Amino acid sequence: MKILVPAKRVPDPNSTIKVKTDGSGIVTDGLKWVINPFDEIAIEEALRIKEKLGGGEVVLAGIGSKASSEQLRTGLAMGADRAILVVTEEAIDSLAVARILHKLVEAEKVDLVLMGKQAIDADSNQAGQMLAELLGWPQATFASQVELAADQKSAKVTREVDGGLEVIELPLPAVVTADLRLNEPRYASLPGIMKARKKELKEIPLADLGVDTAPRLKVVKMEPPAKRQGGRKVETVQDLIQALHSEAKVI
Amino acid sequence: MGDVLVFAEHVKGKLPKTTLAGIAAGKQAASRLGGACHAAVLGKGVDAVAAEVAAYGVSKVFVVESDALEHYVADAYTDALAQVVKDKGIEMLVATSTAVGKDLLPRVAARLGAGMASEVVHFNEDGTLTRPMYAGNVIATVKIEGSPQVVSVRATAFDAAKKEGSGAVEKLSASLDAAKLKTRFVEFKETKSDRPVLTEASIVVSGGRGLKNGENFTTYLEPLCEALGAAMGASRAAVDAGFVPNDLQVGQTGKVVAPTLYIAVGISGAIQHLAGMKDSKTIVAINKDAEAPIFQVADYGLVADLFKAVPELTEEVKKLKH
Repeated sequence: MKILVPAKRVPDPNSTIKVKTDGSGIVTDGLKWVINPFDEIAIEEALRIKEKLGGGEVVLAGIGSKASSEQLRTGLAMGADRAILVVTEEAIDSLAVARILHKLVEAEKVDLVLMGKQAIDADSNQAGQMLAELLGWPQATFASQVELAADQKSAKVTREVDGGLEVIELPLPAVVTADLRLNEPRYASLPGIMKARKKELKEIPLADLGVDTAPRLKVVKMEPPAKRQGGRKVETVQDLIQALHSEAKVI
Repeated sequence: MGDVLVFAEHVKGKLPKTTLAGIAAGKQAASRLGGACHAAVLGKGVDAVAAEVAAYGVSKVFVVESDALEHYVADAYTDALAQVVKDKGIEMLVATSTAVGKDLLPRVAARLGAGMASEVVHFNEDGTLTRPMYAGNVIATVKIEGSPQVVSVRATAFDAAKKEGSGAVEKLSASLDAAKLKTRFVEFKETKSDRPVLTEASIVVSGGRGLKNGENFTTYLEPLCEALGAAMGASRAAVDAGFVPNDLQVGQTGKVVAPTLYIAVGISGAIQHLAGMKDSKTIVAINKDAEAPIFQVADYGLVADLFKAVPELTEEVKKLKH
């Protein structure tokens, strides 16, 4: 089974994000960059499926500047077999991402796309669903459990939805997007990191794909959120209940 | 023209508050675009719920009924909803960012070749939209190019629509190609609870790692929820540690809530948690660590051992209500 896993370069979720004073973007100086945490979960799931089946191939796909190769190397060190980086400096929206991935899926003839449910920079949560539609494949988003059928022709996916868990069954090929609880991603081992240096990481200029990537969604400006007024400390539970009752009037 | 279509999600024949917020958002969008606000109701046996949607002041309610739409599945719903958008010349499709909205809308957008903005909190006069990025650390002004436009909205940013007037219900024939529908609904494992729904409650009490284990959620947090008539939430740390089920998670990647009163118990206040609750009207934090970041957003902070403070608070609330 050939599994494609898109992996996006994003700022470390624990870093402090500041907006540039001119509102044109975020301050990137000194930021630490990582694989989007949800994509990391998707990579882990792909590796587990490959290990369970005792064969197959896990191919990573990145879109962005050449710096994104750093994150793809990390994914290769986790155990992915090879990586493709579609190189562009342009701002790419979710529909363009889906169109690029559509091309890669067709060229690579993959059986399953596993990806993060959302990237933690734009927080859009769109690309997986859009890719599934462009391919005409079924989708299972927000997966917390993926079970492949013995014949590898379908999958049963448990999804995290409002008010509980939903189970759906879909034939392969399909697009599955990972939620937090799908697994606990492994760390790259030292031998893994050594091996990753020799694995194939192919760069393709975006222009070579012939995809319409004109953004349908443009960011006009960015601003920091309004600061919440700092409150005060209360000394005792009595004081707290008093404040909530007479001051805030919420109970 | 510039008409707006709101996808009206219904749960067990009822309209959750999130849907009413979506209708309100659709009306705001329609006023900007200078068009009408319509709604779409999809499903099987949905006459009653369609009539209810019509009472919330939408111009028309388009109903698509089919066996294939009995349970929500992305491919069937995409077929039906995209068809309504095309047939009715809709300029903007709006739905609330619920689990269904998040799953469905991007797929419909791709079908329509449309640009989409997620988790929109405001429709601006100049046609731009406001939405959070980077876990709420950035508020972005965005613009969708081309037509139609697809927008998912954050429920907490819009007041629920009120009943006003009565729209016409128009039944549309479903031209669903059953052979092309691939996804099969197997089952829904509902999390049973007598509590209010997290995204609808006016008071939310959330617990974090400070609770130490799942039993303590039952022993300490539940009585307080009970006394306040509150919904229970949790931090990602508490969910990851297996203390409580996943769907209680409040945060950037979980549920976004904005109740009148939010009480954070034993929660340190990671960025990703704050992103899910910082728009609450009044925030209370109870934590034994005086330096915890949660105190920076709290209106009232109590530095205390939660295992002593929470039972005491529960008793005080009970006294107040009698």
